[in-house]
Amino acid sequence: MTIVMYLIPIAIFLGLIGLAAFIWSVRSGQFDDLDGAAHRILIDDDKPASDPEDKGAD
Amino acid sequence: MTAAVITAPTGCPTSPSTKPGHKSRVDFDAFVSDTSEDQRIDLSVKGAKCGGCIAKIEGALRELPGVGTARLNLSTGLLNVRWQGSLSANAIAETISSLGYQVSPHSVDTVELDQKREERNLLIAMGVAGFAAANIMLLSVSVWGGAEEMGEATRRTFHIISGLIAFPVVLFSGSVFFRSAWTALRNRNVNMDVPITLAIWLAFLTSAWEAVTGGPHAYFDACAMLLFFLLIGRFLDARLRRRAHAAAYQLAALRNQTVTRLGENGAESVRAENIAAGDRILVAPGERAVVDLRVLRGRSEIDESLVSGESLPVSATRGSTIYSGSLNLGDALEGEALSASSDSLLADIATMLEAGEQRRSSYRKIADKAVSLYVPFVHITALLAFLGWVAIGASVRDAILVAVSTLIITCPCALALAAPVAQMVAANRLFRKGIFLKSGDALERLAEIDHVVFDKTGTLTLGRPVWQKTKQSANALKGAAKLARASRHPLSQSLAAAAGSGEVHDDVEERPGLGLHAEVDGISYRLGSAEWVGLSQVPETDGPTLWYGEGDAAPVAFVFKDDTRDEAVSALSALQDCGYALEILSGDRDRAVALTADKLGIDRWTAHATPQAKAKRLEELKHEGHRVLMIGDGLNDAPALSIAHAALAPGGAIEISQSTADAVYTGSLTSVGQTLRIARAAKRTMLENYGLAAAYNFIAVPIAVSGHATPLVAAIAMSASSMIVTLNALRMGKSSTS
Repeated sequence: MTIVMYLIPIAIFLGLIGLAAFIWSVRSGQFDDLDGAAHRILIDDDKPASDPEDKGAD
Repeated sequence: MTAAVITAPTGCPTSPSTKPGHKSRVDFDAFVSDTSEDQRIDLSVKGAKCGGCIAKIEGALRELPGVGTARLNLSTGLLNVRWQGSLSANAIAETISSLGYQVSPHSVDTVELDQKREERNLLIAMGVAGFAAANIMLLSVSVWGGAEEMGEATRRTFHIISGLIAFPVVLFSGSVFFRSAWTALRNRNVNMDVPITLAIWLAFLTSAWEAVTGGPHAYFDACAMLLFFLLIGRFLDARLRRRAHAAAYQLAALRNQTVTRLGENGAESVRAENIAAGDRILVAPGERAVVDLRVLRGRSEIDESLVSGESLPVSATRGSTIYSGSLNLGDALEGEALSASSDSLLADIATMLEAGEQRRSSYRKIADKAVSLYVPFVHITALLAFLGWVAIGASVRDAILVAVSTLIITCPCALALAAPVAQMVAANRLFRKGIFLKSGDALERLAEIDHVVFDKTGTLTLGRPVWQKTKQSANALKGAAKLARASRHPLSQSLAAAAGSGEVHDDVEERPGLGLHAEVDGISYRLGSAEWVGLSQVPETDGPTLWYGEGDAAPVAFVFKDDTRDEAVSALSALQDCGYALEILSGDRDRAVALTADKLGIDRWTAHATPQAKAKRLEELKHEGHRVLMIGDGLNDAPALSIAHAALAPGGAIEISQSTADAVYTGSLTSVGQTLRIARAAKRTMLENYGLAAAYNFIAVPIAVSGHATPLVAAIAMSASSMIVTLNALRMGKSSTS
């Protein structure tokens, strides 16, 4: 049972990391526009390279 | 009769915006804020609905020289643009409107900033409570599951770890409730947060004592879970309130204007809030006054329908006062600003508003009534349970545990969620229909309404002049339109709109305050005032009139009237069928009000009503025992709106009316019926929820009093009751949308 003495702190620590990530995402405004984010993923931004000598594609 | 149709916007715009008026009235440059690195502007964009819109708008703006960031928030319709260099903000706005979106400048809204901060704090508090609930539950489940095999030392360790997690979380996440409970107690009130605070702290302190003394029952999980559930409710509520507020604010922003100020170096465009009393201001023909002014120079006719309800234009000359919201129909006017900004009102209207607001906030909500029943019942029960157990010989420790578990399990949770979830579902449904509710409490008041009072101008009517077809004027329309199309005057524009597209005379000359003139092939064409077409005597007409003269022929009159809205008849008869008594209170003339009332089938009406008279009539109705819903848009309606039991304002209303009303609707008049229907459904659901919470307590109390409420039972009971209440509220959203 002594293993619990390690496992519980580890579990709580991992939980805290998740919580910290959540708080950070709220503070940085990632929940401000829930509709926009759903649509932005659909925006096609790989336009044909305007400059053929551009280093873009290989 | 025409059926009312709610037109939901579908599809994205593909052609340039045709909405007139905005481009020429607003100087976007006045809204730019300069920082050391770049220039910024916030714009409110209407019509963007999908990823394509985002890409189109942001893409087009990034093509402009110097633009660094352009980011559109699709949820709020706010576009933030930052750029460097000499680019004009008007060019940015031009680019967006050429893509087909309506655009208006957005000035900082301090209420929204506060609400946003509150919403963020609640979200974080909720996240923290959720984290604690999950982790403590993990430990609690092992304690419950391992009850037989687990040694006392292990159980105690688990309890202490739970307590260490719970303590900071209770302090942090619970502070929302503690603060509100403290405020209420200090004012000698009891609100829902008082029993919540008590339950949380009792659960925590008893558990801490159990954990330290090695007892079997700790309620740390109940503590965290209670907080988590309640904060979900609070967060959703705050979010909805902010969305509704932002939507209403943006409606007002659509009419954001700049003012032409005459300074030492000529005319400049400034924002309305930058006007100070005493500034000299120019009101161009066709422009609305944004601040109250005294006229110094010029002579014109003013449409005061938004201010007084009067639909006929009044004349303004040197010395007359023009209130904000009045439309200049004639010549340019130069005046002196009387007040610092548009929202400073006539003093008596402001005091009347305050009185009304206070009365409304003293309204006793269902939730308050529920708390006043719940608190004594539960606390006396807990006390009796304690005394009873001591009397039959239990130890004081066991008796206290029973009493505490009674307080925890009777669960303020379901009770605290009962009203807010129902209000939230209803407010959300209203929001989707374009009705923006200010607060959930308004639903209760709206549900009790039995008498509906309408303002006429702008509410039942369109609030703009519509040409009244007569045989004579219809024949002359084609010719008159050739002149009218060349002018921005509201009457000319109305006439041009009625005629549709067509030719325009060459070299149309406009004489402000008089009319239009053109000479083609030796024939003189005139459109304007009676004097302008050569009538020595002004004939009596029913509304604002344009005269059209062609050569030497007798002039033809085009009479304009503020028409009732298309859907008004059907919307109002639907209200009457539902048993509501209807009434019109208008500041307009007898004849105009009588005609409208007759057309809409309303027999109670009052004309010539001043703001004071409107307020007085509402007081009378209140004394007769009616619960009145007032619907109005103008400055003259504001006192009445604040006195009424509940109030609605159309989207076109002036700001003061919008902020006084409980809800703002953007759709047609059918919104009124919808609002009342949804409010009644919401109230029914609220009562059901209180019924469910009470029924739950009837089962839970005997279990707790008899000493069977272990932490496991408490956890199950708490989540089950919250869930039932929430699901019942969601049922309302489902059942009546179809």
